[in-house]
Amino acid sequence: MGKEKFEEALEKLEEIVHRMEAGEMTMEESLKAFEEGIRLARLCTKKLDEADRRVDLLLRQDGEPVTRPFAGEDREPE
Amino acid sequence: MNEILTVSALNDRIRTLLEKGFDLLWVEGEVSNLRRPDSGHVYFTLKDAKSQIRAVIFRSPYAKPGWKSPSGFVVEEGMGIVCRARLAVYPPRGEYQLIIDTVEPRGIGALQKAFEQLKARLEAEGLFDKSRKNPLPFLPSRIGVVTSPSGAVIRDILTVTGRRFPSVDILIAPVRVQGTEAPAEITRALADLQNIPRIDVIILARGGGSLEDLAPFNTEEVARAIARSRIPVVSAIGHETDFTIADFTADLRAPTPSAAAELVVPLRTELIETLQTLELRMNRHRRREAQRLRDRIASLSERLRDPKRRLAEIRIALDDNIDRMRMALSHLRKIRRQGLIHLHVRLEHRNPRTRIAQMHRDVGSFRERLRTAVERREQQWKNRVRSSMALLDSLSPFSILGRGYSITRRLPDGLILRDAGEVTTGQEVDIRLSLGSLRARVAGILREQ
Repeated sequence: MGKEKFEEALEKLEEIVHRMEAGEMTMEESLKAFEEGIRLARLCTKKLDEADRRVDLLLRQDGEPVTRPFAGEDREPE
Repeated sequence: MNEILTVSALNDRIRTLLEKGFDLLWVEGEVSNLRRPDSGHVYFTLKDAKSQIRAVIFRSPYAKPGWKSPSGFVVEEGMGIVCRARLAVYPPRGEYQLIIDTVEPRGIGALQKAFEQLKARLEAEGLFDKSRKNPLPFLPSRIGVVTSPSGAVIRDILTVTGRRFPSVDILIAPVRVQGTEAPAEITRALADLQNIPRIDVIILARGGGSLEDLAPFNTEEVARAIARSRIPVVSAIGHETDFTIADFTADLRAPTPSAAAELVVPLRTELIETLQTLELRMNRHRRREAQRLRDRIASLSERLRDPKRRLAEIRIALDDNIDRMRMALSHLRKIRRQGLIHLHVRLEHRNPRTRIAQMHRDVGSFRERLRTAVERREQQWKNRVRSSMALLDSLSPFSILGRGYSITRRLPDGLILRDAGEVTTGQEVDIRLSLGSLRARVAGILREQ
């Protein structure tokens, strides 16, 4: 999931909750919105639950930029 | 001028003149006669080949936590320095001196000037304008970090980003951050990062150092590379108090590399909280909505059963009404019948036959009564006639006549005479006797007394 997706998903979720709470929806809409809201919440949670990251180095090889894993990262100091 | 001044007044005037006459100054000179009393202030004489002036650095700037001279140097005897100061007069001794707030080793002065000039030029060009600043992404997918691959800076950035949001990828563009090669490397790194997928924010960082150390970040080359970047650039260069041209050009300036990492990466726990709150609100709302709908449906189905009940009610009401109608009708009929009877009676009362019969009876009775009345009256009359005849008999003048009396009447009018005066002599009279009458003429009248 890209950043737009996460941010958009979160914004959409906020909007859905606001709209639901404003009571401007029909029951049909409300149910649909809820389903969509749950889907978005899962999407966001999934992103939040990801634990691993890649740390790379941007190098130049024969004048072209290439990436290599960064070895220098001390594992999380905890 | 024959005004005589006291020393105090003179010194006061001089003080006003000097302190108002000079604003903040940059002064260059050599340190001599340096003293460091226990107060922590630093006293010395600043001099050049021809002249000298007293100077003081008060303790406070040094004492401020985290404060350091940009290059971190300490003023020493014989040192050539450039300092920023204001002029102050000390009246008790009639001396004037420099009160210094910024000190740099000599040679930096030119650097400082170049910095100010470049800053003014780029600012005039609009490179620092707020309108040029790009907003940072909410949650970056991958962060480009332009810095030295070794040392505290990259370590701090990795630690902070990892702690705040462990799944954000990092791409380090290793560069030299000082020396003559630095600007070109930084510029190339910034350019390279533009074409790497998923990079949506760049941190340009360097640890603290002298003004010379920070020089690459005060170059036009680096400033323009930052300005060219389509990806938002967060700068974190030197110490909190250092401001470089790169900082002014960046989309956001962070006081330290750690701060930059914090600005760029949201706190995962906060996001989780936000998300949980939203989910909670949504669920709560849904439950409430469902309850509301259930209630509504319940109330509606309640009302749906109504017609049956109402049918029964209507039936009962109908029966009731029919009963009442019947009763009313029979009552009405009764009343009518009574009225009819009444009318009949009244009609009967007025039946002409009855009346005729009555009349017949009345006529009969009248006739009877009339007959009896007539008979009685006849009898009465008979009786009366009889008694009257008897009486008449007894009273009859004729019967008296039998006893020799006579009745004399004046003629022609027939008046029975009781008084001799009622006739005149010669007048004809009729004298009735018991048997027959005499026609006589009055011969004379004798009047009795």
